[in-house]
Amino acid sequence: MSFTSILRMGDNTLVLGQRLSEWCGHGPAPEEDIALANIALDLIGQTRLWLDLAGNREGLGRDSDMLAYHRNPWDFKNLLLVEQPNRDFGITMMRQFLFDTWHLETLRILSHHTDKDVRGIAQKSSKEVTYHRARSTNIVIALGDGTEKSQLRMQSALNRLYPYVGEMFMTDKDDLIDMAALRPRFDAHLSATLNKATLTKPESEFYHKGGKTGTQHSEHLSHILATMQSLPRSYPEAKW
Amino acid sequence: MVEGRPSTSVVWKWLADVPDPEIPAISLLDLGVIRDIQWRADTLEVTVTPTYSGCPATSLINFQIEAALSARGIQKLTLKRQIAPPWTTDWMSDAGCKKLEAYGIAPPRSTGSPKQCPRCKSNSLEEISEFGSTPCKAQWRCKDCLEPFDYFKCI
Repeated sequence: MSFTSILRMGDNTLVLGQRLSEWCGHGPAPEEDIALANIALDLIGQTRLWLDLAGNREGLGRDSDMLAYHRNPWDFKNLLLVEQPNRDFGITMMRQFLFDTWHLETLRILSHHTDKDVRGIAQKSSKEVTYHRARSTNIVIALGDGTEKSQLRMQSALNRLYPYVGEMFMTDKDDLIDMAALRPRFDAHLSATLNKATLTKPESEFYHKGGKTGTQHSEHLSHILATMQSLPRSYPEAKW
Repeated sequence: MVEGRPSTSVVWKWLADVPDPEIPAISLLDLGVIRDIQWRADTLEVTVTPTYSGCPATSLINFQIEAALSARGIQKLTLKRQIAPPWTTDWMSDAGCKKLEAYGIAPPRSTGSPKQCPRCKSNSLEEISEFGSTPCKAQWRCKDCLEPFDYFKCI
């Protein structure tokens, strides 16, 4: 499998893992703080597996640390959705719910991939992501079908983030699988959840693109990478 | 120092004494993360499977294996990381599950929920959060004795 196709999986988990880690110590309740940090940890762990494999397939001696810390924004192949800022807890959980729903369906298919190494990582990750999706689904339902105020905020989170859904289902030669084929299962889980959450899917199917190809990331990616990469870029030989 | 080369069954016994770094009540063998022990010429190869991809205990587990075997006189050791097939709580030993419960952590169950409160044994339970103090645990509460407790998630 190609370097770029594996990179796409690892860059998604890396950028979202880093985003979620920004919540550490700031969660609305201790349980939520702990849960977000644990999910970030799972995603960073998965990143190590994906990026080590990508580096191995590239064959230039780059490992996961090298790929995470010493690439520029335009070389990142993550979805635009995962680089969007946390803003409030509602937006963070809506982003997580949309990503987890796509991620779990992707990993389920990748668990049967012809490439043994891809299959192994997908099988391992899907066990963890099953819990991620169960949690983000429950929270979207609880907050959507909550108070008048929480319902409004979750609807506004959905309206803000829905234009980043379409990119997840674009497919090109650098994808490991046919992403478009996952859409019906994604939509089924989405509408069942939104229904319980008393939320309405926006009418427009317009979507932003340019993340997974690296051609048009949002401004937010450079900022998050600057924070994440500053130490290893300033002290490339640093060890602890 | 050990005279000659210990058999792999002896090494298995040694590792049964190495505690899990996060849950010292159970051993690495109880946890089911040691998948294979082989001699490759004069080097001992221990195959270790991580529990969760990002679990910080993984590197500490490797360190503890190295330390335990080095103390027994093993000089040449390689640790092989194996992610497939993925680790499952089915690999935890029955003895390990009993030790977990005695330690206050409800052991994993295929139903996805704990059987009883590890303290008062009540079946009247509720989930607080799918995530707990480590990636492998969820938080539950007993509705009878009102104590919160950790549940080792079934994966």
